[in-house]
Amino acid sequence: MAGAGGQLMPRTASAEVAAAVADAHRREWAFVLAATVRVAGDIDAAEEAVQDAYASALASWGGSGIPRNTGAWLTVTARRRALDARRRAATAEHALPKLLSPGEPGVEDLAIDEEGIPDDRLRLIFTCCHPALAVEAQVALTLRLLCGLSTAEVARAFLVPEATMAARITRAKKKIAAAHIPYRVPAASELHERVDGVLSVVYLVYTTGHTAPSGADLMRRDLAERGLELARMLHALLPGDADVAGLLALVLLTGARTGARLDGHRDIVLLEHQDRSKWDRRAIEEGVSLLRESLAAGLPGRFALMAAITAVHDQSGSWPDTDWHEILGLYDLLVERWPSPVVQLNRAIALGFASGFAEGLAELDALGAEPQLARYPYLAAARGDFLVRLGRPGDARVAFEEALILTDNGAEERFLRARLEGLPDSHGRQGQRESPS
Amino acid sequence: MSKYLILIYQDEAVARQAEGESISASYQQFQQRRGPSLLGGAALHPSSTATSIRRDGNGGFLVTDGPFAESKETLGGYYLIEATDLDEALEIAKEVPAGVGVEVWPVRVAS
Repeated sequence: MAGAGGQLMPRTASAEVAAAVADAHRREWAFVLAATVRVAGDIDAAEEAVQDAYASALASWGGSGIPRNTGAWLTVTARRRALDARRRAATAEHALPKLLSPGEPGVEDLAIDEEGIPDDRLRLIFTCCHPALAVEAQVALTLRLLCGLSTAEVARAFLVPEATMAARITRAKKKIAAAHIPYRVPAASELHERVDGVLSVVYLVYTTGHTAPSGADLMRRDLAERGLELARMLHALLPGDADVAGLLALVLLTGARTGARLDGHRDIVLLEHQDRSKWDRRAIEEGVSLLRESLAAGLPGRFALMAAITAVHDQSGSWPDTDWHEILGLYDLLVERWPSPVVQLNRAIALGFASGFAEGLAELDALGAEPQLARYPYLAAARGDFLVRLGRPGDARVAFEEALILTDNGAEERFLRARLEGLPDSHGRQGQRESPS
Repeated sequence: MSKYLILIYQDEAVARQAEGESISASYQQFQQRRGPSLLGGAALHPSSTATSIRRDGNGGFLVTDGPFAESKETLGGYYLIEATDLDEALEIAKEVPAGVGVEVWPVRVAS
């Protein structure tokens, strides 16, 4: 602290240093770690060296001042530590399973190669999202190694005990080392397929934050933000990839509505009733321009099609202005190429608004046989909504009650209860609360 | 370089049919193409010919008919291969013309 009595005043106040380190942790973690892995030879050693580098930043930036390029400072420090540790362990080295054995790294590896570092991050992403790892492990490693989340934070994000998550991460790292999952960008022939796997992981991180599968709140904003950051990082690293642009567009266009999704009581506001002036226009503009870029590349990918659907909503001035025929057409394309039950469910909802609720309901009923949707609350909730619109409150009640049993999310539970209370009772009287639809 | 064991699985019924057959043309092609990576390998007789030996915990053994795990898919053969990393091993494994599919296991190298 700045002291009287002739004490040397630190050149940079400790609060400022702490903030700079926290900022560098958030923005540069993946950059520093990815650049250190090759020198360290394995992920655990690299993580340790990077943690040390952040700790020494906290200690030394106060005296020396905050460097202009914090990422480069941290990378040089972390690489030096990794190299020291590796030399110390040189005698035991042959016994350790290594990520890759690129030979003893030389001093030239310590230099910051501005060209090489983005590649390193890309290598790290493809290692974390290798298809030989279980999807949960891919997600956990991505959050841990690319976003710098602690094991406890990753565990919290997916509501599993910390010990379970720690075991999952350890197992995945062991497999990377023992099976020699390579630390490199896949060959061109394989790249497309592998990018798709990476995008699925990033999208899973984003959607888990956007609508939490369980917990009291509808969203886990931190996780949604991490998903957006990862999508941005990927777009910066693979600027020419149409699918990556499509995913970033989707995340931006979806996230643009975040400010209008909840009311003052943190209750859900349906798209139909959202205050569209609260939508983030800049995010929509950026998303639409990325979407154009993605669509211009040729046959649209899965994420670009979903982004296009989202863009139709984001760009319509009001709910009644929504172009449901356009949306239905986009869902038809999506169903044709990625016929998942969830996509079919969303298409059935679009069909209801485009061609009539009875037709939509028939489609929803047909989907009731899909085993993948058996525990999916949105099918029952959508049926309930259409039944209300068709003037069948009794049947709607059964559907909403079913949805209520299936959801684990507190905000969704409150929403469904409100809808149940809003239904007319058996004598046809309107319930106390107005129906939100 | 790392070593991997590729375990070849096939349908038990198909395996019984193929009993006594000599190595198929597709396997011959695979072996020619990937020869430099193949360290060894063999086809196995059907699982009905396997015998499991389990330690009984008292210094003795329990000898039973059949493999450890009974399933529709059975082990039909293996290759021991050498590859630079898992990606290359998976590329090689994808070319094995196996009926059901294969498993790829990294081989532990004693230090």
